[in-house]
Amino acid sequence: MQSNAALEYDYSVAKLFTYTTILFGFLGMLLGTLIAAQMAFPELNYMLGEYGTFSRLRPVHTNTVIFGFTLSGVFATFYYVGQRVLKVSMAESKFLMFVGKLHFWLYFVGALVATVSLLLGYSQSKEYAQYEWPIDIVIVLIWVAWGTSLFGLIGIRREKSLYISMWYYIATFLGIAMLYLFNNMSVPTYFATEGLGNFMHSVSMYSGTNDALVQWWYGHNAVAFGFTVPIVAMIYYFLPKESGQAIYSYKLSLLSFWGLMFVYLWAGSHHLLYSTVPDWMQTMGSVFSIILILPSWGSAINMLLTMKGEWNQLTENPLIKFMVLASTFYMLSTLEGPIQAIKSVNAIAHFTDWIPGHVHDGVLGWVVFMIMAALFHMAPRMFKREIYSKSLMEKQFWLQTTAVVLYFTSMWIAGITQGMMWRAVDEYGNLMYSFIDTVAVLHPYYAIRALSGVLYLTGFLMFAYNMIKTMTVSRELTQEPQFKSPMA
Amino acid sequence: MDIRELQGYANFFMTIFLVIMLYGYIIHLYRSEKKGESDYEKFGNIALDDEIDSKPIVPNPKTMNENEEQNK
Repeated sequence: MQSNAALEYDYSVAKLFTYTTILFGFLGMLLGTLIAAQMAFPELNYMLGEYGTFSRLRPVHTNTVIFGFTLSGVFATFYYVGQRVLKVSMAESKFLMFVGKLHFWLYFVGALVATVSLLLGYSQSKEYAQYEWPIDIVIVLIWVAWGTSLFGLIGIRREKSLYISMWYYIATFLGIAMLYLFNNMSVPTYFATEGLGNFMHSVSMYSGTNDALVQWWYGHNAVAFGFTVPIVAMIYYFLPKESGQAIYSYKLSLLSFWGLMFVYLWAGSHHLLYSTVPDWMQTMGSVFSIILILPSWGSAINMLLTMKGEWNQLTENPLIKFMVLASTFYMLSTLEGPIQAIKSVNAIAHFTDWIPGHVHDGVLGWVVFMIMAALFHMAPRMFKREIYSKSLMEKQFWLQTTAVVLYFTSMWIAGITQGMMWRAVDEYGNLMYSFIDTVAVLHPYYAIRALSGVLYLTGFLMFAYNMIKTMTVSRELTQEPQFKSPMA
Repeated sequence: MDIRELQGYANFFMTIFLVIMLYGYIIHLYRSEKKGESDYEKFGNIALDDEIDSKPIVPNPKTMNENEEQNK
């Protein structure tokens, strides 16, 4: 392989997405903290006129952390892991390099325009699918660019077998493509009425219950293929690589993959329990949600067993600590979700703060921890410098872990309190509490959540500082580390 | 039988079918490894040995041939 003697992996696109991961992570979490504070202290709603209200900012928060932070992390790790497990460099194909950069710039400009559109109040009013139709078209183009990179890289690979992480990246691509297209089918009213109304406005192609079903099929699986599948792709690569231990059972990883693909897509109707969708479909949503524990725990246990006999690394290497905690939170939230999907539990949990509590132990504990660990692992290899500060990383770990615990415990208590108060009746069958009674009771828990947001955001700033210092002033490395990431 | 009921039955039988497929896959994986036809665990090393000049676990004949031709 003489011609490959000087060939190196090319991380230029991975670096670009690393920058946006940090940027969108900061912005999304800042907004999250602000709107959490608005729930506790409503006067904070009136700082910026219509642009600063909870209702305007909440979609900006969710879309920035999902499509800004998480997707940037997914793309950054893909452009890193993809090359390495396929043993092919982006530098080998001018076309792929062009597509990779086009992918980034389309994404970056698209993200800015999309965020402005939400701030201006353009919304399809579908949760996690708020972007109006012109933005959806740009998102499709971005996705096609990613698909071209993904399959283009696979097309020129030296390693014939696709490593399990690649399976998960492919599933992310196909899953989101299918979900996004179907849920965003809409009729732009401006064209349908020959020029009446706002150009941006559209109505869904589905109506009533069907619309709700498609929406929650999408909504739940956006979590599946945005927050689970690509993050599993990351942990299957980064934990073995950082620890120097091959996956405990490759066969189990394959089984978990097909199990997850088979089960996840059917669980979405648990968002519509006690609604007008057919009863069998509600039951199916509950049953499939419970079965979902198996493939989820299959991956998580596989990761914990990968550390078998090597648990000393947990005390020596903070990066391992981040990933093991991520895996543990994955187990927690994939147990909690199915419990909430049981019909009788859902009768209490539905519409309460337990739901955002559940979402956040998953995203803060699992998704963000794993993405940060992945970027920390990539940094010394991409920038050829050691990680700036190990002690800062340790402090960040404990600060953010405390924040996650404060978040979900406060929301568990708030949610169950709410659920019980809404259902409480006196001896004559009259409701015992009015809505505002619950709001008054929940105030301290909302304040704790806002505090946890401040702590988590501070931890994220420590991560950003550590990363920027690593990129710019940290000690230079002469050789690429094989397993454990070097840190000062 | 209305469409909703049909959908329910279709879902039930498809679930049974997919369960059989999944269990069949599990049996296939373990049996082919036991017979010595394939070794799935070696693929775990793809992540550990991932330098660009590392020897692929299963070389891709298509790109390998191209490389060999380039080196002639």
